[in-house]
Order: sequence, then structure tokens, then C-alpha cells
Amino acid sequence: MSVIRGRVWKFGDNVDTDVIIPFKYKAKTIDPQELAQHVMEGIDPHFPKKVRPGDIIVAGRNFGCGSSREQAPLAIKAAGIAAVVAESFARIFFRNAINIGLPVLEVKGIFEKTDEGDVLEIDLHQGMVKNLSKGLSFKASSMPDMLMEILKEGGLVNYIKKRRACPQ
Amino acid sequence: MTLMNVKEVLDSEEFTFAEKILTMKQVEPKDVKRAGEIAIVSVDLAAGQDGTTPLAIRVFEEMGGGKVWDPSKILFVIDHTYPSSSAEISSLHKLMRSFAYKQGIRVVEGSVIHQVILEEYAVPGMLIVGADSHTTTHGAVGAFATGIGSTELAAVMLEGRIWLKVPSTIRVRLEGPLPKGVYAKDVALHVIGEIGAEGANYKSIEWTGETTSKLSVASRATLCNMSMEAGAKNAVVEYDAVTEEYLKEVGRNPMAIIRSGRKAEVEDELCVECSKLEPMVAAPSRVDNVKPVGEVEGTPIDQAFVGSCTNGRLEDLIEVAKILRGRRVKEGVRLIVTPASRKVYMDALRLGVLEVLFEAGAVVTNPTCGACVGTHLGVLGEGEVAISSSNRNFVGRMGHPSSKVYLASPATVAASAIKGAIADPREFL
Repeated sequence: MSVIRGRVWKFGDNVDTDVIIPFKYKAKTIDPQELAQHVMEGIDPHFPKKVRPGDIIVAGRNFGCGSSREQAPLAIKAAGIAAVVAESFARIFFRNAINIGLPVLEVKGIFEKTDEGDVLEIDLHQGMVKNLSKGLSFKASSMPDMLMEILKEGGLVNYIKKRRACPQ
Repeated sequence: MTLMNVKEVLDSEEFTFAEKILTMKQVEPKDVKRAGEIAIVSVDLAAGQDGTTPLAIRVFEEMGGGKVWDPSKILFVIDHTYPSSSAEISSLHKLMRSFAYKQGIRVVEGSVIHQVILEEYAVPGMLIVGADSHTTTHGAVGAFATGIGSTELAAVMLEGRIWLKVPSTIRVRLEGPLPKGVYAKDVALHVIGEIGAEGANYKSIEWTGETTSKLSVASRATLCNMSMEAGAKNAVVEYDAVTEEYLKEVGRNPMAIIRSGRKAEVEDELCVECSKLEPMVAAPSRVDNVKPVGEVEGTPIDQAFVGSCTNGRLEDLIEVAKILRGRRVKEGVRLIVTPASRKVYMDALRLGVLEVLFEAGAVVTNPTCGACVGTHLGVLGEGEVAISSSNRNFVGRMGHPSSKVYLASPATVAASAIKGAIADPREFL
């Protein structure tokens, strides 16, 4: 998981959890695969059909704002998205993504310089993001060690199973 | 920081509310936690609703399950779609009930989670985490309350603790009297419009000033609830005479009275001169797209909604009744009133408030999140327009992706229901 390479889908600022996965779907099921069939439907109804495993989302500011629904990062992950790179994240979405093992990176200045379809290479350990299509490199904001540990384990469930304890 | 005792920290003028309470609540309170540092804290109450808890239960089992850490500190509320509107949702409700009964966890059905916590649990100095973003509401009584996801709720159910980064603080000082037709909701919308939907992301909002000190706990709950829409991690109104009176009424005692240090370092300080405010509206489809009501007055509506954890309390319903008394909802417009809890419903019933609403043509539903989250009891159709006292106007939030939602105070919603178009409540007061 330490190096991720994939093509980019771009979304703008303030992508909220209601457009990532509307309540009407998440109210009915906790099955990630079912949720994935409606991911991002609020912005692009065809997105669930277009997205391929290993793709990367690049977004603007405040990605994942709104409700605390973990079904939002879960739907993104189940759709095969390998990572979300954004100018900034809303706090609950960020926590939820780490906790379910979806890599999220805050990278200032990447949105303007990346186009849809570009190929990114992400080194999670180094916190580096390369735009291979454009030959550009970006540094991600650093993440507390504890969060990196949770992410490395693939999420909080594995982290707790392995250590038999919550983060301390 | 060097070792300090908790009392010294609480008495200090150097620390914010968030720094003090997260220092105090540490599992091992060794040192003072300043903004930006991570604290591992003990949770006093962990709550979840039917949109988030079923997933938390599955994750809890995946983590190894067994017995929860302390069933008396966990609360499940079935409110988002209550009573269930489909067989699939009923299955998830069943999962919640069977897990709760097995574990000895209390399940409340048919009242909105934050109203239940406010009415029955929240006290000053309490640390509350809820698998619902609007958990920030409980700062209204001086608790530290924040929203989490399902996996974290599962982890808290397992061990009763959580890591939290201590947020930096924004102080919002409210001064001057609220003009006629202007309420806590309008103030909150104004502030969100000023600082933006991300303006308080990861931060703690301390609502202060003379105007705040005169607001009821219900209005403070509206401020703290809406703080989430600027991204806040928590929001708080300091314990004062109003809090004391409220606690007396509900028969509860503070866990700790925590005052934010007057010399504490804060990231930003805003002052709002409330006497200059007008009724405000958040236009589609962003909560920070805020304008004075005059700018959108006359926009035709299909539905008007009063309810939610933001504005579904008794004082809200009373304001709506004041405006509707002797008047009628415009033909072809649906006015849906959803009290936030069974207690609110009962109080409004006994006071004759519901009768006024019903006579005016409103549909009064059972307490639920319903229309606010677009699941049932008022789902918007293609291209429909609503004005709502709730907290979010995102694309598709209340129904069809092409529907539009304007957010406003209950009074503005009521005035608009009468006119069949967005209206200024001041002409009815």
C-alpha cells in the first residue's frame, strides 16, 4: 500500500457527504458494494460506472464536509478508489477515511495543477505525490504517527485486532 | 508542558475551554494538552443513531466484540427514519435493538438524538462523542461534544476512550439586542456566511458576549448545532445563570464547571453586533451562501419545514404558532412541522401550540429526522423548492437532486408558508 499509482478523477470544493452517498441509500444498507453503486451520484450519476479500481480522486477544499456518515469514505473505497488527495478535508471525513483504511492526503496547490485523467504516484510513507503526466511533485501535509500507524494496518479494526487495544 | 494538577489547569486564565476539558479528561492526565496536541481521553457518553450505529455494530463485532465497556454510558437513538419507511431500514433497526438489549444499552425510539441528549444527559464538563455530526449541539450546556464515525463509535464502545487533537479556538462574541424577527438561527447563519463552510474546520467555537448570555439553552443549542456547518469540532457556551436554571429544571448537576481562560491564546476573535442583523437565509446549495431574506423574498416554495436538531424545539414551535395564529398556509404549499422529541411534542400539545399549527394547515409529524435528511415525511420531488429550519441545503439533501433548499429560522419558514414564497417574518410579528 505504500506506493499507489492511478488515474485522476477531479472534484471541486466542498464536496459534501450527501452528494458522495445520499442518505436514502445509506439508510437501507451497510454493504459497501451496494453503497459503491451510488458513489458520487449527487455530482455525476455516471461516476459509479466510470470509476476503475486503483483510480484516485483529486479534490479542492473541505472534501467530505457535512454528515458524519462513514458510508461516504466506505463507498469511495468500495468503488475501488485507492486514495483521495485534496487541498483540505472536513474533519470527520478525514478521521473516518483513516479508520477504514482509505488513504487521504492533504496536498496544498495540487488541485490547480492536476487535470482529470492525469496519472499520480503517491508515496504514503514519504508523504509525496507525483503527477507523472505532468512531471510535477507535491509534498503532502504531515500526519500524526498514530494516524499513519492506523492507515498502515488498513484501518482501525486491524489496528485494534493486532494490538488488542485502542490507540493509546 | 510540565506536570500540573487538574485544578490548577481549570483555574488558569491561560487555557481555552477545549484545552482545559481535554486535559482533564485524559485517560492518564500527565500534562497539559495545548491546541494541536493529541489527547487520549475518557468518554462520558457515546451515542449513535440509526444512520450510523448499524455499521458501528458490525465493526464492533469485527474488532472482536464481546461486552461493551460500559452500557450505561452508551445511548442508541432510532430517529433518522422513524418509524421505518422500508423493510431494509426495519432490518437495521432490528439489529440495533437486538445488540442493545443483549448489551444492556438504552435505545430511545422516535425522538431526535440531540434533543434526547440535551433533555436527559448533557451536563457541563461532560465529554460526549456521537456518531452524528451535529453532536456539537451539547456545548449549549457547557459539555465538550463532537461528532465521530461508525468505526470510532465501535472503538469507543469497546474501550471507552478516543484520541482527539485539541482544537484551536475561535471566539464569537455576540453583542447588542436581537431585533424583532431575528433569532439564534439568523446569527448562526450570519456567522457561517462570514467565516465560510470551512471557517471553523477542526476548531472549537466559543460563543460569548452579552447577547449569548441572554439566550435560552434551546437557542444556544441552535448556535452550537450550526457551528458544525462551519466545520467546528465542538462549540460551547460557558456555564452561567441560564445553564444553572436549566439544570435545576431538568434535575441534573454539572460534572465540572469549566471557564475558558480570559488570557488564553485564541486563533481568532469575531464580534457580531446583533442589533444590526436581519432575518437571514442560506440559499442553495451551500450553508455559507447566506443573504438577508430580502434578497430572496418572493421565491416561490413547494414545501416549508420546521423541525430537526437545529430548530425543532418548543420555543421554535411557539414562534411558528405566533405567526400562524389566525392565518392559513398558502394553498398548494406543504408546511411540515416535526417536533424534535416526544417531550417537545407533548409540551406543544399541552400548550395548544399544535392546535394552532394544525388549524393553519400544517402537517404535524411524529418526532424524527425525516424531512431534514430526505428519507421520509416530506421528501422533495424533481425541481421542488423548500424553505427549512434545518441545517443543510446540499444538493439532494432533502430529496431529488434537482430540488432546492433554503435554510432559515422557524419564523421565516412560517412566514414563507403563509405567503407560498420566501417571506420576511417581521411583517407578521
